[in-house]
Amino acid sequence: MKKPVNQARLIGLTLLAGLLFTPPLLLLFDRPSPSGLSWLPIYVFTVWLTVIGLAAWLLEGSKDE
Amino acid sequence: MSDWITLAVAFSYLAILFLIAAWGDRRAETGRSVINSPLVYTLSIAVYCTAWTFYGSVGRATDSGPSFLLIYLGPTLAMLLGWVMIRKMVRIARAQRITSIADFISARYGKSGQLAALVTLIAVAAIMPYIALQLKAITISHAVLTEYPYSGSEVSDKSFWMDKSFWVALVLGVFTILFGTRHLDASERHEGMVAAIAFESVIKLVAFLTLGLFVVFWLYNGPVDLFSQAAEHPGLIKSMGLDAVPGGAVGWVGTLVLATLAFITLPRQFQVLVVENVDEGHLKRASWMFPLYLVAINLFVIPVAFAGVLLGGAAQEPDSFVLTLPLSAGLETLPLVVFIGGLAAATGMVIVETIALSTMISNHLVMPVLLRWKWLHLDPSRNLSGWLLGIRRIAILLILLLGYLYHALIGESYSLVTIGLVSFAAAAQFAPALLLGLYWRGATGRGATLGLIGGFLVWAHTLLIPGFAQSGWLSMSLIETGPWGIEWLKPYALFGLEGWDIYTHAIFWSLLVNVGLLAGISLFSRQNSLEQTQAALFTEGLRPDVMQTPLWLGQTTRGELYQLLNRYLGQASTHRVFKKFGDTQNPTSNNEQIAPPDLISQAEQALTGALGSASARVLINSVVRGEALDLEAVLSILDTTSQTLEYNKRLEQKSAELVRIGEELRSANERLRELDRLKDEFVAMVSHELRTPLTSIRAFAEILRDSPTVEPEKQAHFLGVIVKESERLSRLIEEILDLARLESGRMRLNPERLDFKQLTQDSADAITQLYQERQVSLEVDLPETQAWVVADPDRLQQVVINLLDNARKFADSNDPQVKLKLQTWKKHWRLSVEDNGPGIAEEEREKVFEKFHQIQQQHGQGHDKSRPKGSGLGLPISRGIIAHLGGRLWVEGPEELKGARLIIELPKAPEEESSEAPESSQN
Repeated sequence: MKKPVNQARLIGLTLLAGLLFTPPLLLLFDRPSPSGLSWLPIYVFTVWLTVIGLAAWLLEGSKDE
Repeated sequence: MSDWITLAVAFSYLAILFLIAAWGDRRAETGRSVINSPLVYTLSIAVYCTAWTFYGSVGRATDSGPSFLLIYLGPTLAMLLGWVMIRKMVRIARAQRITSIADFISARYGKSGQLAALVTLIAVAAIMPYIALQLKAITISHAVLTEYPYSGSEVSDKSFWMDKSFWVALVLGVFTILFGTRHLDASERHEGMVAAIAFESVIKLVAFLTLGLFVVFWLYNGPVDLFSQAAEHPGLIKSMGLDAVPGGAVGWVGTLVLATLAFITLPRQFQVLVVENVDEGHLKRASWMFPLYLVAINLFVIPVAFAGVLLGGAAQEPDSFVLTLPLSAGLETLPLVVFIGGLAAATGMVIVETIALSTMISNHLVMPVLLRWKWLHLDPSRNLSGWLLGIRRIAILLILLLGYLYHALIGESYSLVTIGLVSFAAAAQFAPALLLGLYWRGATGRGATLGLIGGFLVWAHTLLIPGFAQSGWLSMSLIETGPWGIEWLKPYALFGLEGWDIYTHAIFWSLLVNVGLLAGISLFSRQNSLEQTQAALFTEGLRPDVMQTPLWLGQTTRGELYQLLNRYLGQASTHRVFKKFGDTQNPTSNNEQIAPPDLISQAEQALTGALGSASARVLINSVVRGEALDLEAVLSILDTTSQTLEYNKRLEQKSAELVRIGEELRSANERLRELDRLKDEFVAMVSHELRTPLTSIRAFAEILRDSPTVEPEKQAHFLGVIVKESERLSRLIEEILDLARLESGRMRLNPERLDFKQLTQDSADAITQLYQERQVSLEVDLPETQAWVVADPDRLQQVVINLLDNARKFADSNDPQVKLKLQTWKKHWRLSVEDNGPGIAEEEREKVFEKFHQIQQQHGQGHDKSRPKGSGLGLPISRGIIAHLGGRLWVEGPEELKGARLIIELPKAPEEESSEAPESSQN
C-alpha cells in the first residue's frame, strides 16, 4: 500500500542537495580533469540528476493526500 | 534573411499561440480543462526560463563560467520543497481566493491595503527591468537574424517610432490584452493563457535542444571533439572552474540563495505556481519534473558557449551565440527556429508577468483609490465590472511602455543577465514576509511593511542606483567614492564590505535589513484582531478543517449583498455565488432575508478573486452591519479543533493498542486451553497406559495365587508375562520421570567427547533384532571419517534408538524401509532417519514434538486400528535431550523414501588439543 509523502524525507533531500551544491563540498570537485577543464560542471549535472531521481522516487511512490 | 519572412513567421507563431489560448479557454468553459495535468502544470512553471535563459545563459557561461547554473539550481531546491511549502501556499490561496503575491502578503497581514500597494509598487519597480530585458532580447535577436553580421548601435539616435522595441512592446501589449483580460473571472484563473505558456515552454526547449545538437554533432564531431578543442583554447581552459564565478565561493552561495528565493517570489512564478494551480496533487510530479526541464534546457549551454568562443569574431556578442553559430554556418532555417524559441521564451514571460502585474495594479493601486472616490460620486447601481477590465488593459499597456522606456533609456549598458539578477534581488525582498508569514504566527503587518521598505531601499541603493550611474545617468563618483563622498555608503562596498560580487553584496545587506526589521518589529508590535485570525489561518494552512470556518457574524440582507456583487462581478458570477444558497431560478426573490454567514463569506471570496482581499473587505464592510468577525470565536474554533484532533488521534492509538492486546490475550487463552486439554488427555493416557500392564500383572498374579495347581509350563509363561509387563511399566515411568526432569531443568547429562559415527553404528546394531523381527530393511550411510561431538553417550543413544524404533513402527507395512544417514553440514553433524511410511504432513511437523501428540492423532482419526505405537513421549523427550546437548531435532520433508524424515543436528566438537595447537599458534 502506498503511504502519504514523507515530508521529513523531502526536507532531508533538499538539505542534502543544498549541501552538495555549495562549497566546501563543491570545492572538492573544482579540479582540472586530464584535459585541463574543470570537473565542476560534470559534478553539478550529476548531482542534479541524482537529486531529481531521488525526488521522483520519494514522490511517485506515495499516494495523494 | 528577409525581414518579411521573419516577421511573417513571428506573427504566425503569435497567431498559433492565440488559437491555443482561445481553445484552452473554450475547453475550460465547457468544463473539459486542458490544463488539468501535472505535465501542463510543469511546463507552465517553465515560464521561469525567459529570453534571459535562452540567450543569456550562454552569455553568462562565457563571461562567468558555471555560475549560470545557479539560476536553475535555486529553483530546483525550491521545487524539492514544493510539496511541503508551495502546497501550503496553494491551499491558502484557493481557500481565500488569492490572486497575486501582493494579495497573498496583504491577506496574511490582516488584509492590509497599504501592504498590498507597497508590494505592488516594489513588484513594478523590480519587474520593469526584467520586461525591458525581454524587449531587448526580441529586438536584438531579430536584428541579428536579419542583419547578420549585426553592427550593434542602431537604437540610440532614432525616434521611438523607428525603434523596433517600441513596436514589439506595443504588439505584445495588445496580444496580452487579448489573452489575459477577456473576461473577469472570480477565481482569476487563465486556463487559455496557461495552455499557451505550456506550449511555449515546449517550443523553447525544442529550439534550444535542436541548436545544441546542431552545435555538438554538426559543427563538431560530438562532445569529445568539442571539449578537446576547447581544452586547447587558452581562454577556455579555466572558464568552467569556480575561479570564473564572480565572487568565487561567496558569490556562488549568494546567487544560489537569490535564485531560490526569487523563484518563489517573482510575480509570474507565484501566478503559475499558486494562482493557476488547478489541483495541488500536480505539485507532486512538478516537484521533480520541473527540475528535469531545467537540466534539459541547460544541457547544451556550455557546449554552445565553447563553440561560440572557438568561432572567434564571427560569433559576436556571447548573448547572441545561439543565433550567430547557425548563421555563420550559412544556415537559414535553424536560425529562424532559434529565433522563434527565443520569442517563445520572451513572450511567455511578458504575458504572464504583465497579467500578474496588471491584476496587482488594478486591485491594489487603482481600485482602492476609485472605491473611496466613487462612493461619493458614482451611481451605486451601475455595473462596475467593465471598469475593472478597462483598468487592467490600461495597466498592461502602461507596464509594457514603462518596460520599453527602461530599455530605451538605460537598457543598453547592461548585458541580459545583469538586468535579470537586479530584478531577482528586488523580488527576493518579498521572501521574508511571505515565508516567515507562512510559518511564524507572530509576524506582524507593521514588521512586514517596514521590512519590505527597508529591504527595497537597500536594494535600490546597492543595485538600482549604481546601475543608473553605470549607464551614465549619474556620475560614476557615486560608485567610486560613495554618495556625497561618504566612503562607507559606497553602493558596492556598504560599510566597507568589499570583495564580494555586487549581487551577493546586495542580497546580503537587503535581506539582513529586511529580515531584521520584520523579526525585530514583529517582536515589539501587536497584531490587530483580523491580523491574528489571518496569521492563524495561514500558519495552519495545511490543516484540512481550518479554511472552512465562516468568519462573518455581522448581518446584512441578501438583496444588499446581491447588488454589491452584481456591481463588481457582473450578473453571471453573482448568480453563481447565490445559486448555492437558495432559489436557483430567481436568486433575488427573497431580498429581505438575512444573508447567512456562509453566503457573506462566499461573497467576500468572490470579490477577493476580482478585487483583492483588502478591497473586498472594504466593500463587504460597507454593507454588513455589526461585528464583522469574532476573533475569539475563530481562535477558539482553531484551538478546539486542534485539541479534538489530538484527542482523537490518541483515542485511535489507544483503541488500536487495545485491539492488539485483545488479540494477544485471546491467542494466549487459546494456547492455555489447548495445554489444559493436552494435560487432561495426558493424565488419562498415562492412567490408561499404567493400568493396562498393571491389570495383566494383577490378573496373572491372582491366577498364580488362587490356582496352585497350574502346570509348571503355564506358570512359567504367566511369570514371563508378569516380568514383561513390569518392564513395560517401569519403562513408562522412566519416560515420565525423564520428561519431568527435562521440563523442570533437572535432567543431568554427562557430556563427553565421542564419535557420533560409532554411536550411530552401535545404536543400529542394538536395534537390529527388532528390525529383523518385522523384516524392516535398514540402510546405514556413514561418513568415512570419525564424527566427533560432545554429548552424553547414553542419552544420545537413547534418542537415536528412539528415532530408529519410531521409524520401524511407522515404516510401510508391505515393504518396510528405513534409511539412516550421518553427514557433515557446515559446522555440524546431521543424522537423518527416514522411513517410507505415510509421512508427516507439513502442518503436523512441529506438533509431533508436543507431548501426547499421538493421543490426539488417534482421537482425531477416530478408528483405533491397534494399540498406540508408543507412549507419545519419545519425541518430546528426544528433542529435550538434544536441545540440552546444544543441538536441534526437527522433521523435514522426505528426501529419498517419501516418508517421515527426522534430523538430529549436533555441533562438531572442537579439534583435539594436539591438532589445535599449531592452528592457534598461527593466529
